[in-house]
Amino acid sequence: MLRLALKMLFGDTGKYLMLIAGLVFATFLMAQQAAVFCGLMSWTTATLKNVPAPIWVVEKQVEQVNETNPLLDTDVARVRSVDSIAWASPIYSGIQRVRLANGNFKIIQLIGIDATTLAGAPPKLQPGQGRLEDLRLPHAVIIDDLGRKRLASDKGRPVELGDVFELNDQEARVVGIADAMMSFTGGPYVWTTYERALQYTPAQRKMLSAVIAAPRPGVSVEQAVADIERQTGLRAFTNQGFGSSDKDFNTTTVWWYIRNTGIPISFGITVVVGFIVGMAISCQTFYSFVMENMKHLGALKAMGTSNWTLCTMLTTQAFTVGFVGYGIGMLLTGLFARAALENKQPPFYMPISVPFAVLGVILFICSLSALIGIWRVSRLEPAMVFRG
Amino acid sequence: MSDPVSPPQKPLAACIRGVTRSFGDGGTKLLVLKGVDLDVRCGDITMLVGPSGCGKTTLISIIAGTLAADDGQLEVFGNDLRKMSKAAITRFRAHTIGFIFQQFNLIPTLNCIENASVPLLIQGCSTRLAEKKARALLEQVGLGEHAKKRPSQLSGGQQQRVAIARALVHDPRLIICDEPTAALDAKNGLLVMEIFEQVARSPERAVLIVTHDNRIFSHANRIASLDDGKVTDVHDADGSSPLPDHIANLAHG
Ligand SMILES: Nc1ncnc2c1ncn2[C@@H]1O[C@H](COP(=O)(O)OP(=O)(O)OP(=O)(O)O)[C@@H](O)[C@H]1O
Ligand SMILES: [Mg+2]
Repeated sequence: MLRLALKMLFGDTGKYLMLIAGLVFATFLMAQQAAVFCGLMSWTTATLKNVPAPIWVVEKQVEQVNETNPLLDTDVARVRSVDSIAWASPIYSGIQRVRLANGNFKIIQLIGIDATTLAGAPPKLQPGQGRLEDLRLPHAVIIDDLGRKRLASDKGRPVELGDVFELNDQEARVVGIADAMMSFTGGPYVWTTYERALQYTPAQRKMLSAVIAAPRPGVSVEQAVADIERQTGLRAFTNQGFGSSDKDFNTTTVWWYIRNTGIPISFGITVVVGFIVGMAISCQTFYSFVMENMKHLGALKAMGTSNWTLCTMLTTQAFTVGFVGYGIGMLLTGLFARAALENKQPPFYMPISVPFAVLGVILFICSLSALIGIWRVSRLEPAMVFRG
Repeated sequence: MSDPVSPPQKPLAACIRGVTRSFGDGGTKLLVLKGVDLDVRCGDITMLVGPSGCGKTTLISIIAGTLAADDGQLEVFGNDLRKMSKAAITRFRAHTIGFIFQQFNLIPTLNCIENASVPLLIQGCSTRLAEKKARALLEQVGLGEHAKKRPSQLSGGQQQRVAIARALVHDPRLIICDEPTAALDAKNGLLVMEIFEQVARSPERAVLIVTHDNRIFSHANRIASLDDGKVTDVHDADGSSPLPDHIANLAHG
């Protein structure tokens, strides 16, 4: 009978496609929006990935990495003096404007790192695209892959090693190109030494954004973080990734954006719209599919089909469109993901829980559709088949 | 007490005594069956005639177990339908009854073989076996070459022949038809009835047909008249006596 149920479903091509379309729409909208949201949230922590260090120390009030209050220059030494710390280095991080050779201005994320240790340098330079040590040369900067395109003064020719642009009227010469994660603001990352970063920046009294540090061998990061906070009164975070702990800078940064911006709401609304529209289309279509088949379901009932069998038939039909719709929807999401990742735009990051959650929602919609059908069919009197 | 002179009685398929049924309640209550007595015998084709609205469909629905009687006795092949649970009656229908409807009621998205195999699938038979039997029956009703077509590709008469194959595929002991020829023109109606009699008539099987169509009376062994909620007359159509006027004069269609 289940085979028959599927034949009845596929036989009604119009309704079948409509049902699939509704569920594809819902799947795609929910999965894609959730992934773009997660991608955007992961972009907010890009600096923590691009300036790798196990510990970030910031001013007491700071909750997220993109909005730091300046520290005192002496704070580096205070962190260094904590016993459980192996090393500590200053970091400048700020948004600056670059003047290109053609006169255009571009926004960048400027990172200043300690010239001696180069702690906080990009994790990976592109093969054959310069050497990290060259950052110590006069006017040297390292840019990321995005910067090659963004900072090109001639659209057809990406930035090469040795190219020059201006930062606050001072020359900056590209000595390396790194792979980096895209920043939340969308600008490319530019690394230079801490001292030069101060020269590139219009003068302010205090310029130290953060101190990065690492624990001594044998000391856990959590222990080191606790020691720093206790001995310096500054705020210290681990840098192990979102969700690793409450004392993780990624976690607090993402939560800051969730709490303090309208981003989750605007994405949430789209996800809810996908859910409602998908549910409306598929419940409505499935209901009219069942209503149209009422005469035949009644005949089946008269001929001795049990209510239970009719229920399993309806459930099979509903869940078949559910899985097909979900499959196609996820396929589309996959294609979207490929395009997004290739373009590096828009942000896209799909935690493993997203496809499962979307599947759950789709199955919920299908169960509801099936239930509506079952409710109608169980009230159906088999005697009605003899009446027109 | 059976009469020793009369030929041996054919076994009884359905035995109905004093069955009543009404619809609605209170002021709008409509008593449709007012104490029906009727025997339906195996080996016979029994036709049920009567004016429109007299309760023919109601009566066959009760015999088929798709509608409950209010009162009276009702045995079908020895099963007291009034004492059976809903689930048991559903199973009983699946195994004992073949249905033929005025509007054919074939499923448009299934082809003829699939449509004809439905009763066996309902019983839980494998698709392969069900379709094998369905094909054999479609050949018996002369539709072997149309087996893979959908109902919409067939004429009304052909569709009703598919329905006949479906009604017989599970070899039911009682076949119930409501106006099987009413949707067909005269020529097709007769052809369908001829084919139906050929494949359906058997000493173990009873056939009960509701009809207005006086052209098919020649296929009946017995014609029962229902009027004002009661069976008023049962005519044995063995050719020994002419049709009573009230039956012969029934307008057809
Ligand atoms: N479910 C129902 N609810 C209310 N009234 C009903 C119902 N079913 C039948 N009736 C009424 O019962 C009466 C008998 O109906 P039934 O269909 O049995 O007549 P019929 O002899 O088959 O008529 P026809 O020859 O027109 O098919 C009619 O007056 C009809 O309106
Ligand atoms: Mg009727």
